[in-house]
This record gives sequence, structure tokens and C-alpha cells, in this order.
Amino acid sequence: MTVETRADEPRGQFPVGMRVLAVDDDPTCLLVLETLLRRCQYHVTTTNQAITALKMLRENKNKFDLVISDVHMPDMDGFKLLELVGLEMDLPVIMLSANGDTKLVMKGISHGACDYLLKPVRIEELKNIWQHVIRRKKFDPKEKNSTCNQDKPQSGTTNNGLSSAGAGSTDLNAKLNKKRKDQDDEDDDEQEHGHDNDDPSTQKKPRVVWSVELHRKFVAAVNQLGIDKAVPKKILDLMNVEKLSRENVASHLQKYRLYLKRISCVANQQANMVAALGSADASYLRVGSLGGMKHLQPLGASGQFQNNVYRSLPYSGMIGRLNTPAGLGVHGLPSSGILQLGHAQNLNNSSGNSMNDPLKFRSSIAHVNQNQNGGSLQGMPVSVGLDHLQPNKAVSSVQGPTTGFDDKTMSLISNKLSDPRAGVGSSCSRPPLMGIASNGLLLEPNSQGSQGGRGYENLTSVASQHSEFSLPLMDNHNGRCNDNWPSAVQSSGMPTNSYPTRDCLHGGNPSGASSITSLSTQSHDSLADMQSHGPIFTNNNTTPNLAYQGWDDHSLDSLIPVNGGLGASGLHRNLDYSFGNPLEMKHEGFIKSAQDPSLKSNQGYIMDPHKAQRSRISSNNLGSLEDLVSAMMKQEQDFICDDFTGGTSM
Amino acid sequence: MLGLGADRLWADMNRLLAFLFHQGVLDEQFLQLQQLQDESSPNFVSEVVNIYFHESEKLLRNLRSLLMDRELLDYKKMGIHVNQLMGSSSSIGANRVRNVCVAFRAATDQNNRAGCLRALEMLEHEYCYLKNKLHELFQIEQERALAAGVRYPLQN
Repeated sequence: MTVETRADEPRGQFPVGMRVLAVDDDPTCLLVLETLLRRCQYHVTTTNQAITALKMLRENKNKFDLVISDVHMPDMDGFKLLELVGLEMDLPVIMLSANGDTKLVMKGISHGACDYLLKPVRIEELKNIWQHVIRRKKFDPKEKNSTCNQDKPQSGTTNNGLSSAGAGSTDLNAKLNKKRKDQDDEDDDEQEHGHDNDDPSTQKKPRVVWSVELHRKFVAAVNQLGIDKAVPKKILDLMNVEKLSRENVASHLQKYRLYLKRISCVANQQANMVAALGSADASYLRVGSLGGMKHLQPLGASGQFQNNVYRSLPYSGMIGRLNTPAGLGVHGLPSSGILQLGHAQNLNNSSGNSMNDPLKFRSSIAHVNQNQNGGSLQGMPVSVGLDHLQPNKAVSSVQGPTTGFDDKTMSLISNKLSDPRAGVGSSCSRPPLMGIASNGLLLEPNSQGSQGGRGYENLTSVASQHSEFSLPLMDNHNGRCNDNWPSAVQSSGMPTNSYPTRDCLHGGNPSGASSITSLSTQSHDSLADMQSHGPIFTNNNTTPNLAYQGWDDHSLDSLIPVNGGLGASGLHRNLDYSFGNPLEMKHEGFIKSAQDPSLKSNQGYIMDPHKAQRSRISSNNLGSLEDLVSAMMKQEQDFICDDFTGGTSM
Repeated sequence: MLGLGADRLWADMNRLLAFLFHQGVLDEQFLQLQQLQDESSPNFVSEVVNIYFHESEKLLRNLRSLLMDRELLDYKKMGIHVNQLMGSSSSIGANRVRNVCVAFRAATDQNNRAGCLRALEMLEHEYCYLKNKLHELFQIEQERALAAGVRYPLQN
């Protein structure tokens, strides 16, 4: 990639004069870094406080091109800053640390860092950092609006797309970073250059940015059609947006389903409940997909999955944990889903997490989502998992889902379809997702906590939140695993302990185990690639979906109700909010605290406005869960709508 | 024209630098610092090093007080301090100090009190040695500059 004169490039001599913001609490490093950057002819601003950095970034979004930040800072976690910047300003962020531990690097990349440099920083590396700016702009033509002046046809928001665009390069970066750990100067430089070459497919496609507005339309369309019946073609027609292809919608739908699933999964996990798998799955999936909207782009396979997903979650015991898994496995088993939800709820309630409600919601959603979730599970898991580290937990808890999921690929699901597992199998299907999800979660337990930042609208934040959920969920699920999953999951070698499903795996699906393994590995990549969504879906499907369940359920809920018929505008609003809020809430430790209060509020809220929709989605008695989810989603959306900058004073 | 005194001092300085590199007290990162010093920032190296000294002494004091706690050792906090010390040491090229930090960090990860104590002792020793040598280096440089009548940037 060369830096030609770009129309949107204000400075013709780029990278000369690139405006960098350097943040590091250590004055020695900061001074050295500043001097090195000046030597590279960049325009440097420094600060030793993350809060000050955020303020500077917020006061003028176009003031900087790139941010370099230390990981360990006293006033704010570097990862949190990373997320916030990514969400609010959509700027490339490079992490800097003396600690090159793989886990940390992974965490950084999953949070959306463009690169992860090790101290001592060498000037050769700094000479190449401008590539990140170009890469981001180039591959997110539609989204960029903060740093460049391109017009985006469809969406005005940037964050969504950017993160996805960043994902493409983050994976490469992750690889590079690993090498970097070895302090390999020359290789680093070459590798950075090789980014583009290595992954042309991800990098060169312009991404559709799923702005809040766009997503709202999407959700409205989906709700209108019915989550079970929503097919990309019809959704596309309903949305009536130019320059949106069926593929875009399909992938988005897939993500959405994963998100829904994840939400329900998370809810289940936390609650430790073993809701009926059948119903839970459906709702779960849906919720998952909703939540995972951001990453839903690659959805598309949702239709097929529905069956698979649901099937895979025949396991009712798991439900408690996974809500999502149920959705996954239970495709086509509305009743089972409901059952699951019921269990989930119980579990949730016991755990006292906010997730409880979502679980209920999930089950209802699962019910509805069954069809959708199936599909989304497969595709989504990856992305979902990535974004929402939590989902992993959910996934793990889901373990229940039938063995079918072990394969994690869609193929499994399809197989599952033919094999109605209704009861037990379903949980297995989830495991792969769970494994992945758990990994995601495990990797970033901290990130979630730090997410408190309000401006955190990206799904990543949601993901982190989810991860919070998922973590507890996972623990719960461990016991539950059917046998099929856990083994599979573990075998994958995913670092996360989240493979509680392991146990489950063993039993049911030996094949699943292998699949899960693959999933796991994929999860890893997925995690790194979360943004890229694409490839991951196949394998990680199961896992990511689960992940979504936790979170997505909430959002999905709100989304779903919206479609129900509140009216496009009204509904969309809700949906948006629900997404936004959860994210936001998560940031501020919402997951923990907010969940409970939000649950209550959500429930209250949901009951009323979403009733109508609810009926559509949840024919079951799981209304409460749905309500919860919708409420949460609504909150999310509110959050999103309010102010992308997140209004967090920071 | 450089006086004999300046020449000799210059040679002394180079000799000391070579010695420190050879011993592993300093590494190529220090060279990079020196290269960053130019007319626009003539005292860059000494500036950075002084900041480093100031910060490191704070960190070392904190570490010492944390380790002296008879009751409960806050390994996590120690780890954070060590991490920061490691980062700044590596940024200026203090190789040996950085290496001891690595061992120290490993000890904190393992909650190994004895290991931490040993590492801290070594760290303090290495740090003192480095400080003395760098002071010596700066002193020679200053004398050389005085002897030469002008202040030359530190060159390799």
C-alpha cells in the first residue's frame, strides 16, 4: 500500500506530520517515545494521563491520526482507553508495554488495538506506524467519518465499521506482535508491510458500516418478518437501503443471531440454570444475534442454522447456563427453548445476576430465534465470541447443546437438523461456541471491567461485558456440561478455561470434540480477528453464538420487541438503546451492577412497550426474559443514541 | 581545536562506554538515545537519564517498603512497579537492570517472597552501579566539553 495523495488526507506529505497522541504514565518512556516520534517527523502530543488523553481526543475528533498508549496506567487501564478511543473516535490505537505476554497481546488485539509494541520501542517500528492510519481509512471507506472526510453512503457512524476493518489487520498484527515479542526488528518491519499482502481478502473489501441507524432498520425488518422467517433477501427489501447487498445483510443477520444467542447464553450461564434447552436456544440465539449486531455482518447463514442451533441444544440441563446453547441446539424446538428459558431463569435468579432476566428473555427469544439462531450460531460464533469475550463463558456454559455443535461448523448444525436432539443433544452443539466464547471471556476478564467507559459503543465493549457474564456462566456450566462439549472444547487447546463444556463434550460428540478443538483454535484467531468475522464463523459458530447469548439476549430483546410493531421509529429507538445501554452499562461495570438494576428496570420497561413485540417473539411465557433483554437493548440503544462520545466525562 | 585534555577525556569517555557495553550494563538502546541527541536537543541523554534516576529511585523505595511488610505481600502491586521499572530501564538501555527486573517479575508472579527479596537486592545493586557509571560518563563528557571550550554532543 502506498500513500498516494488521498483526497481525504489533509496533509499531503503523509506520513510526515501525522498527528500522534502518546500516552504513558512513565515519564522516562514518554520522553523517549516523544523524541523518537519527532525524529520520525510526526507531530506529537504527549500526556501522562489517560483521562487527559481522552479529553483531548474528545474535544476535537479530528485532531489526531493515531494514538499510542501504554497498557498499565494508574488512572485508567490501557485496554479501556483503547476501547473507548476505538468506539468514540475510531482512531487506530497502538498499545505499548514492557510486558509482552501473549495473553496481554491477545487482549490488546481483541480490544481492537492496531498493534502491540514492546518496550523498548525502536525507531524502526515507529517509522511504520503510519500504515495503521492508512489501513484503517482505506478499508473502511464507508465508515470513516471521524478521521477522514469521506462520505458514507449508508451509515454515519464509524465505530462499527472501523472495528471490523481493524479486525482484518489486527489479526496480522497479532501475528506480528507475537514476533515482536522476540524483539525482531527487521522481521517486524517486513511483516507489517506484509500485512496487506497476507490478508488481501479481508483488507481490500470495503466494509459496510452498520451504523445505529442501519442496524435499527435491520432489526425492524427482522422483527417485522419474524426472527424465524427473516431471510436476507426479505430483510434487504424491507430495509430498502441503497448500496446494501444481500450478502451484507446475510452476514449481519448471522451476527445478530449469534448475538441473540449469546445474550441468552450469558443469561443462562449466570443463572446457572438449566432451562429447557429447546426454548432457550431460540431466544438465546436471537438475543445473541442482536447483541452481536456489530459483528453480525457476516451473518447470513442464519436460516440454515436455526435448525441446527436448536437441535444442538437439546440439553435442558445446560440451559440454565447457556441459554444460548439452547438456542443453538434447539432450532425448531420452540417449546424446548421455552423450557430452557424456564430453567435458565431459575438459574439466573439464583445467581442473582441480571442475566437471569435475560435468560428468561432468552428462552422466549430462543423460541423465536430458533430458526435464526441456528444459522447465526454457526456464523456468528466467531465474531460474536470475539467481540464479546463474555460470550465465551456463555458458550461454555451452554455446553449442554448437543453434540451436534461440537462440530461447530454449520455442517454440524445441519446434521443436527436431521437429528432432532431436542432434549439432550442441543447442548452439545453449543460447546464449540462456548469454548470459544469462554476463551474470549477468559482472555479479557479485565477488559470487561474496565469497560465502564460510557462511550463504549462498540460491540467489543459489549463483548467485554458479555465476557463478564460469560465467565460466571461458564463456571456454572462446568458442572452441567453434557460431556460432549467440554472435552471437545478443551482439546482445542483454547487457552480459556472456559471450556467447561468439556465435560459435556465428552459424552455426546466425539466428533464434536475435534470440532471444538478446531473451533478453539479458530476462536483464537477469531478473537484476533473478531473484527473480520468472516472466516471464523464456520468453525466457531457454535462457540461464538454462545457467547452472544449472554449479551445479545438483552439487546436482542429490545430489538425484537421493536420489530414487533411498536413502530419502526419507536422500535428502532428501543433497539438501539438496548444495544447501547448494555454496552455502556457494561462499561461501567454495568454487567455486574447494572444488570440487576437494569433487569428490574428493563423488566418494567419491557413489559409495557415491548409487550406487543414480545408476543411476536416469545409466544411463550418467557416474556420476562424478553422484556429484560429488550430493556437492556433499549438501554443500550439509548446509550448509543445519546451520544456516541459516550458522554463519559472521563 | 581540541586540547590534549579534551582528547584524553574523549578517549576516557569512549573507553568507559565500551566497557559498559561489554559488561552488558548498557545496550544498543542507549546508543539510540545518543543518536537522538542533536543540536535541537543537546542534552537529551542526560535529561532522560536524570528522569529515569528520579523515577527509579521512587519505584525502588516503594518496592523496598512493600517487601518489608511482614504481614501480607502485595505481589500485584510489586509486579506493577517492577513492570514500570522494566519498561523505563529498557527504554534507556539499562540492560542489566532490566534483566533483574525480569527475574523480579517472575518472582512476583509466583508469589515467591524470598525470590522477590533476592531480586530486589540485586536490583538495588545493579541500579547503584549503573547510576555511578552514568554519572561518571556525564562527568567526563562535561569535562571534555569544558576542556574543549565548547559543548560537543555525545557522539559515538
